[in-house]
Order: sequence, then structure tokens, then C-alpha cells
Amino acid sequence: MNDDSGARELAEPHHVRRFEELALPHLDAAYNLARWLTRNDHDAHDVVQEAYMRAFRFFDGFHGDNARSWLLAIVRNTCYTWLRQNRGFRVNTSLDELRDSGAADAALAAIDPSEEDPEKRMLREDDKTMLNHALGRLPEEFREVLVLKELEDLSYREIAAITGVPLGTVMSRLSRARKLLHKHLQTSAQES
Amino acid sequence: MNCAEAKDLVHLYIDQELDLVRVVEVDKHLQSCAACRALYDRQRALRSTLKSDGSYHRAPPELRERLGFALRAETKGAARPPARWPGRWNTGLAIAATVLLSVSAVLYLALPAPHNRLVDDLVSSHVRSLMVNHLADVASSDQHTVKPWFNGKLDYSPPVDDLTAQGFPLIGGRLDYVDDHPVAALVYRHRLHVINLFVWPSENRREQKLRASTRQGYNLLNWAQAGMEFWAVSDLNEAELKQFADEISAMSAPHQS
Repeated sequence: MNDDSGARELAEPHHVRRFEELALPHLDAAYNLARWLTRNDHDAHDVVQEAYMRAFRFFDGFHGDNARSWLLAIVRNTCYTWLRQNRGFRVNTSLDELRDSGAADAALAAIDPSEEDPEKRMLREDDKTMLNHALGRLPEEFREVLVLKELEDLSYREIAAITGVPLGTVMSRLSRARKLLHKHLQTSAQES
Repeated sequence: MNCAEAKDLVHLYIDQELDLVRVVEVDKHLQSCAACRALYDRQRALRSTLKSDGSYHRAPPELRERLGFALRAETKGAARPPARWPGRWNTGLAIAATVLLSVSAVLYLALPAPHNRLVDDLVSSHVRSLMVNHLADVASSDQHTVKPWFNGKLDYSPPVDDLTAQGFPLIGGRLDYVDDHPVAALVYRHRLHVINLFVWPSENRREQKLRASTRQGYNLLNWAQAGMEFWAVSDLNEAELKQFADEISAMSAPHQS
């Protein structure tokens, strides 16, 4: 029943290798999500490292077939924990639907061109920068569905598994996120 | 199909999440309705802009390196004496190891007793759970919420009971990592004291009476019953922690198969 010490010693690096084989191919996806949620490289770096160590510790408990979804869910949770601890960010799942309906309008109302400094205005001349800027300013729940859908090309089902919300909420968030982003871009285009 | 329906479905249509019948319906509608067609074109354009111009942040190489290093460091730190999971020293095997593998046996004996390691792990898990504000992954006083939460996360199902009536309300549950293995940590409260109850399958389904120990000012109670090993850790005084253990023990027995 118990391992002998020789077998155990060999088993440990193998365990690491197996984890690396499974988890490292998704490191870019993990980093991209963390980078978009934390909005800076340094924090994304720390969050991904913490998330991967967490994943490694719970690796024995992973029996699923979708390692990417499993990892991205851990990365996402680690991001939100980090945001909560460092930026007073609050996620209230019970208010999900309310946020879904209210957040878009609130975010739209918050677009005030006079708030932007000249530096940001100059950056906007570049369409690409404008797009990324607009995406970065979306509320987290919209930003994450767009990143997972458009940049990672995941299915609704995978996004639901990662974000822990029902499929219907993924659909409504995605359509709201696109509408909101479109409006952001239109507003930006009109000003430039 | 009318416009309202088409508007609801256009995103699913773009994302190829619709079944074939609906795809044909949306197709038909888009051909006949200019307004919906414009909406579709707009969303599709936005989608391709995002795909082509959205920044994809790749992991920097140093992160990859740092991870490889951290993983190995973690494994080294966790490389511990054998014969430690799920139970304690197995005397029979220890003797066999001594006889058969004298070299291993020397190493084996030179290492600290796994029991101490386990107790260290449990106490640090308890302290960590208080420090980083990470008491529970699933925060609920409802045993029927907490118990199913562990499904798929562990290869066993820990008994979960609410002891609110007995003065020990259930706060939630957490996956924790003890002695190199993921375990169920159930969180209870008594007045202002937090009790972490760690549960995992016991070796040989042996029964073990309550055993008390202390470490760094924390009280620990350990027992095994009905195929499960229990460790309660708290800063609560021993008498009250024993009362808690007795209540859990009384509740747990009939839940086991």
C-alpha cells in the first residue's frame, strides 16, 4: 500500500513533467487572460505564476479532459482574488443579471471625452490602439468574455465552464460586450 | 423568423453555436431583412477586427523559466519520507524496507517522523486559511451545498454536517493541500474561533480513538472512524474542541457506507 522511497523519488519529477506537459501549452492563453484582466504585465506575471502553482497542487484532483478550461478557470479566479485584494474590486455573482443589464449603460455613461488627457488622445489615432484601449476599458465581465471568445476562440460552453456562469449568461454577456465595444469605438471615432 | 428573434440569435449565428435548422432560419431572415443584415455585418466586422487587431499577450520567456524553477522547488520541498499517505508509518513495511534496502532504510530513519510533518502541515494550513482571508472556496452553511462542491475535486466524498444547533455553525469548505495530497477542509466556527476540520480516507479503514496534541499554541484532535481520518485544528480550548469532535463523530458515523 505504501510506496517505497525509491519509487517515490522517481515519481516526483515525473509528476512535474506530466503537469508541465499538460499545463505549459496553455501558458500563453493563461497569460493573455491575466494580462487583460489585471491590465499590466507585472501583475499578470505574478497572477499566472500563483495560478500555476495552485493548479500544480490540485493537479491530482484534475480528472477532466479539458486542461485549458481547467487552467483558465484557476487563472481567472486568481485574477479576481488579486483584484479584490489589491484594487478593492468586488464580484457579486448574485447581482450578475443586474450587472449584465446595468453595467453596459453605466459604462457608456462613463465615457466622457473631456476626461481623457492629450496623451491618450494622440494614441487614439492608431486604430489598433483605439480598439485595445476600448477593450481594456470594458467592465471585467464583458472584457473576459470577449478575450475568451475572440482572442482564444473558445466555445460558449468552455467560456461558461471557465467563468462559472450559465450558458445563457455567457450569450447575453457576449452580445452586450460586443454592443458596448462597438459603441465605445464609434464614440472614439467620432472624436478623432 | 422575425427581427427580434434574429437579433437574439445573430451572435450565436456568427459564433457558429446554432444548430443547423436555426442556421437556415437566420440565413433566410438575413437575406430578406436589410436592418438585420446590417447588424450582422457590423458584428462580423467587429469580430474580425478584434481577431486581427486585438492584442494577444504572450507569456514572456522568463515566466516560463520561473515557473519551471518554482515547480521543481515546490516538489523538492515536498519530497518527504515514504509511507506517509494516506496513513502513518506502516511498521510491517518499515521492517521489510530495513531488511531489503538497508541504504534506503538509513535515509528513511534519518528523516523526521511523518506524523510531525503532517501536524506541521495541518497547522500551517489552518494558519494560512486565517491569514490570507481564504477560509472557504465554497462559503455556505448548508451542508447540501458544501458536500456536492467537492464532487470531482477529490476522489472521495467527505462527510459534511452542520452543527449550528450544537453551537458550531458550518462556514464552508475548501480544497487544501496536506502532506502532498489535496484534502477536504471543512470550516466551522465557535464563537470567534475558527475550526478547520481536515478529512481524508484513512488507511485500512481502521478506527482510532480521539488523540489530542498541540502545536504552536493550536489544539489538534485526530481520530478515525468509518473509513475516514479526521483532524480538527483550532485555537479553541481543548475541552470545547473535544466537544466539537464528539459532535462530528456522532454525526459522521451513520453517513458512511
